[in-house]
Amino acid sequence: MSIPKETLLHAYRTMKTIREFEERVNAEIMNGQIPGFTHLYTGQEANAVGVCAHLDESDTIISTHRGHGHCIAKGADVSGMMKELFGSSEGLCKGKGGSMHVADIDKGILGANGIVAGGPPISVGSALAAKIRKNGKVAVSFSGDGSVNQGTCFEAMNMAVVLQVPAVFVIENNYYSEHTHIDYAVGCDDLKARTEAFGFPVFVADGADFFAVHEAAGKAIAHAREGNGPAGVFAEQGRYHGHFVGDPQAYRGEGELENLRENHDPLKVFREHMAASGDLTEAELDAIDAEVMAEIEQSVMDAKAAARPTPEQVTADVYIQYGATA
Amino acid sequence: MPEKTMRDAINEALHQAMEQDESVFVIGEDVAGCNGSAGDVGSVGGVFGVTTGIYNRWPDRCVDTPISESAIVGAAAGAALVGMRPVAEIMFADFIGVCMDQIVNQMAKFRYMFGGKSRCPAVIRFSAGGGFSAAGQHSQAMYQVMTSFPGIKVVVPSNAYDAKGLLLSAIQDDDPVLFFEPKVLYQETAEVPDEMYTIPFGQANFVREGDDVTVVAFGQMVPKAAAAIDALAAEGVSCDLIDPRTTSPLDENAILESVQATGRLVVVDEAPPRCGLTADIAGLAADRAFSSLKAPIKQVCAPHSPTPFSPELEAAYLPDADKITAAIKATLA
Repeated sequence: MSIPKETLLHAYRTMKTIREFEERVNAEIMNGQIPGFTHLYTGQEANAVGVCAHLDESDTIISTHRGHGHCIAKGADVSGMMKELFGSSEGLCKGKGGSMHVADIDKGILGANGIVAGGPPISVGSALAAKIRKNGKVAVSFSGDGSVNQGTCFEAMNMAVVLQVPAVFVIENNYYSEHTHIDYAVGCDDLKARTEAFGFPVFVADGADFFAVHEAAGKAIAHAREGNGPAGVFAEQGRYHGHFVGDPQAYRGEGELENLRENHDPLKVFREHMAASGDLTEAELDAIDAEVMAEIEQSVMDAKAAARPTPEQVTADVYIQYGATA
Repeated sequence: MPEKTMRDAINEALHQAMEQDESVFVIGEDVAGCNGSAGDVGSVGGVFGVTTGIYNRWPDRCVDTPISESAIVGAAAGAALVGMRPVAEIMFADFIGVCMDQIVNQMAKFRYMFGGKSRCPAVIRFSAGGGFSAAGQHSQAMYQVMTSFPGIKVVVPSNAYDAKGLLLSAIQDDDPVLFFEPKVLYQETAEVPDEMYTIPFGQANFVREGDDVTVVAFGQMVPKAAAAIDALAAEGVSCDLIDPRTTSPLDENAILESVQATGRLVVVDEAPPRCGLTADIAGLAADRAFSSLKAPIKQVCAPHSPTPFSPELEAAYLPDADKITAAIKATLA
C-alpha cells in the first residue's frame, strides 16, 4: 500500500508526540507535579496512530485507562490534555476527568475510560447510531488483552454482529492485564480465533510497526464502513512502562524491557522503513523530533501556569438542567 | 378525556416521540420480538407489551437485542453521546445488577468527567417493584438505589397520566434518565389526553391536600396511601399526599412546606429501609423542618429482607393501606 508523504509525516509526528507526551508525564509525576493514577502508552504508539490514520473527526473512538495515545492520535489538543493531567480548570475536561477520562466529543473521542471494557458497549451504540443514520461512520473501541476477558466486551462483540453495525474492535495485546500475563489470564491458546468466533474477521498486525497496523486497520475499517458489520484488529506490542506509573513491574523477565526498547520501538521501526524506502529523509524526521520536543515543553510550561479550579466548580456540569425551575 | 392504562399511556408516549423526532429509537430485549423465529417480528412489543406496534411502524428504530443488559445500556449511552435519543428497555429493574457499571460509571458521569462538553440524552426504562409474586430477583424497586448517583435523573410514575407526561419529558431531556415503571400499575387506568404533554422533573404532585399530616409516597405506594387517607377522612383526619414523581431531582420545597404546615410526616416506600427514600426524606425534614415537627417522623417501608415469593409473604412484606393508616395515626397519638 502506498501511503502519501503527508500521511507519513503526520503519522511520525503523532507517534513522536505520544512518546514525548508520555515520557514527560512520567517525569512530571515523579516530580510530584501530576496527581492521581496514570497509565502510560509508551511503546504502543503505532497501534493508535495506525488505526486513527483511517478515521475522520466524525468517526468515533473510545479508549481505555491507557488512553493518552488514542486521544492524541484522534486529534485531541495536546496542550489541553497536559493541562487536564495537571488538574487545571483550563484542561480539556476542566480538571474534572484527568488522565483516565480525557475526552473530546467534537473530535469523536468518546473518552478514555477508567473501567476495563467499559468502552466496547458504548462504541456499539455509536456504531448503531451510524447504522440508523446511514452516514458511513465507524466506531472504534480500543481494548487491551485484559479487557477482552470482561463480559461487557463479549456482549459488545456479539451485539455488534447481531445488529451488523460498523464497530471496529481494536485489541491491543501488551501481554499484561495489570500484573498478570496473558498466558495465565486468557484461557485459550488463540485469542484471535476466540475473537473471530464471535462472527467477524480479525486482522493481525505487529504492533510495533505502523505500516503493519495501518494495513490491518485499513482492512478492518473498510469492512465496517462498507456495511459488512463489525471487524477486529489484533496487534501485539508490549508497553515500556508499568501498569501504572510507579509500578515496580515484578512480572518482567530478564532483559524483557531492554529487548522491547531495542527491538520493538515503533519510532525506530518507522525510521528503518523510511531509510529503506527513502520516502522521508532523516533530516525531515529529526526536524519533527525537535518540533515535538518544543511543543511538549511548551505544553508543560502552559500547564504549570494554567488556572486552577475553584471550589464552586465542584458541582458544575453534573447535569445540563436539573429540577423544574433550573 | 379517554381512560387509558399506564401501559397504553407509556406506549402512546413512545409512539408520539418516535413520530416527532427521528433521533428517538427503542432498544432492548424483545422490544419487537420473534426475530429469527417462525413468529411475526414485532408481535411481542416487550414482555409487558409496552413497546407494542413500534416495530411495525419504524422497523429501523426498534432494535431487538440479545440478552445483554450491559451492552443495551452501553449502546444507548454511546448512541446518545453522538446525538441520538435512545429509549432502552431493561425488562426488570433488578437487572441493574448486571449493567450497573454502564449506568453509574459511564452514562451518569460522562458530562461531569468530560468537563461539561458532552450530552447523553438516553432514557432507560425498567419495570420495577413488587406485587407480582415474582420473588427476589424480579421485584425490587431499585429507584431508591439509583437516586444516590449524581448525573442521572430518576423518575417513578404512580399513574397513567403522569407516566405519559414524565416519559415525554424524559425523552426530551438532555441528561440521562432512568424511568421506573411500577409493574403492578401497568393495568391501572387514568384519564390521559391523546395529545403530547410533558410534566417537569422536580415538581411534586399533591395527590391529596389536607392539614393534619404530610404523607410522602412513591410509585405504587401512592394509590395505597391515597386509599388510607381517603378512609381516614371519615374520622376527621386530613392529609397532604405528596407524590414527588421524580426522586432525582427531588422537590424538597414541596415536602418541607407541607411539613411546616402540618407538623407531622409519614414517608412511604416499598423498598427496604436502610439508605432508602423514607430515611432520606425523614432526614431532610429533621434537618430543615425540625422546629415544625409535632411528632416523630414515621417511615413505612418493607423490612430489611429480600422480596418473598409466596403471596401471603409478599403481602406481609409490602407496605399497604393498613400500615400507612397505622403510621398516620401514630403521628397523631
